[in-house]
Amino acid sequence: MSLSTQSISSLRSQLVSGDIQPSDILDSLASSIEEKNGSVGAYLSHDLDTAKKEANQADLSLPLGGIPIAIKDNINVKGQPCSCGSKFLDGAYNAPYDATVIARLREAGAVPFGRANMDEFAMGSTTENSALGKTSNPHDVTRTPGGSSGGSAAAVASHTAIAALGSDTGGSIRQPASHCGVVGLKPSYGRVSRYGLVAFASSLDQIGPLTHTVEDAALMLNAISGYDAADSTSSDHDVPDFTQGLDQGVAGMKLGLPKEYFGEGIDPEVRKTVDASIAKLEAQGAELVEISLPNTEYAVATYYIIAPAEASSNLSRFDGVRYGNRVEQPEDVLDLYRRSREQGFGPEVKRRIILGTYVLSSGYYDAYYNRAQKVRTLIRQDFENAYQKVDAILSPVAPSAAPLLGADKDNPLQQYLADIYTISANLAGICGISVPAGTVTSENNTQLPVGLQILGPHMGEQKLLQIARAAE
Amino acid sequence: MSSENMDVRYVADLARIDLTDEECETFQGQLDAILGYIEQLKDADVDGIDPTAHASQVFDRLREDVSQQNLGQADLLANAPDSGKGQIRVPKVVDA
Repeated sequence: MSLSTQSISSLRSQLVSGDIQPSDILDSLASSIEEKNGSVGAYLSHDLDTAKKEANQADLSLPLGGIPIAIKDNINVKGQPCSCGSKFLDGAYNAPYDATVIARLREAGAVPFGRANMDEFAMGSTTENSALGKTSNPHDVTRTPGGSSGGSAAAVASHTAIAALGSDTGGSIRQPASHCGVVGLKPSYGRVSRYGLVAFASSLDQIGPLTHTVEDAALMLNAISGYDAADSTSSDHDVPDFTQGLDQGVAGMKLGLPKEYFGEGIDPEVRKTVDASIAKLEAQGAELVEISLPNTEYAVATYYIIAPAEASSNLSRFDGVRYGNRVEQPEDVLDLYRRSREQGFGPEVKRRIILGTYVLSSGYYDAYYNRAQKVRTLIRQDFENAYQKVDAILSPVAPSAAPLLGADKDNPLQQYLADIYTISANLAGICGISVPAGTVTSENNTQLPVGLQILGPHMGEQKLLQIARAAE
Repeated sequence: MSSENMDVRYVADLARIDLTDEECETFQGQLDAILGYIEQLKDADVDGIDPTAHASQVFDRLREDVSQQNLGQADLLANAPDSGKGQIRVPKVVDA
């Protein structure tokens, strides 16, 4: 079996026994990238030579010693470009420092080696908003890989990465993981430091792993979790060994099925696949309980006030002054700002900045932003009430399998509505994971992956991973 | 809550983004549709509910006031589009 198709845990045991060297893994990835990146386009750039040097020096006794990891292009890796899939930063920015997650991956022996494509500034759910190139779904190249971490998911699914880091603001790890048939984990808010992640919506963003297996997700989470003084929203909550107890099963657990997530709008074939995966957990001794998350209907509207509001503020730093795109011969400083931003940002980013500026503007703040923050409280309370009754919540990840490229290109609202099952977790700050549940057959007769979403309470990753492992 | 006053060009100007006429027209339709959808939040009963600005209760925690090594001047200027004499150069802002 090719090394590039194997899990972290499988490669680790071969590295520790001396059967393989870290450079063997990179050689295998190099051939895989050569063969597939042309059609899949998961990477914006990669540097396998430097990675090989670093891998050869890696301490193989460390938990991720010698394992190469693909990194979403909005996470800073010292000396490497960080473009966020945007013309604003393309060719104009090299990270001067490592994000905390990168420093921690290095401390665990891992080697960051490639920049994974993404929707511009993580805004989108198909990776079609990248200004720097197209990424296709490895299972059917006429379809999207999902997004915004589409490059990270496609890299793992096409076996051009062993594992990857993504970021999830409204489902941007879980949804592409579902569409590409890999495991994608959004940790609880505060579990993983955001220092060095280019901020989109600061109260929602969270970095997490995309991997072949649940055990690999646990290994990655072990490496990147924990308090960081450089992130004022970082939590000092205990970091257990997430690989412990993975095989304890789900017997006796209560798993909630929210009626609002299984109603209209879900593709019947997707529903059937998710139901089969849920039945598998029931057969292992879990008790299924119907629950209600009554404010689910407001989640998308709430998100599309809060996320653009925060984005409009965060993206004000892209003004052409300190880094990134600057227009030629500006008349004055205002002209510099306006035209640098016009040239540098793509349509989705402009649309969200304008929306965010509007909902925060004087006269509309209470009607939109303040009201959305109150509805956010209701959504969070829904989950708190649910977790009084159940250990975790099961649902689809997306209403359909991966859409065709270009399907909703000019209809942003339609794309936003497809985030209905993932967005609430970010608003509430809880953890969630997408685990491959099976496949559905598309119109052109390809098999498209579908994920099962498992949502756990804030800081409930250990049990979440245990359930995910049982569903795997 | 009403989107009837949304003037895309005016708001884009507040956000310091120039737009072409075509962009303005496209965004107007798309943003009107999005704001129309958002109107449904009017139906939520939020009387007596406190807003949630952060998903966790931990935020704005301060670190110890101890000096630390930060990025040096060369690193900070390395990505600047235009610099000189250890400074970032911008068009003149203040008239003499």
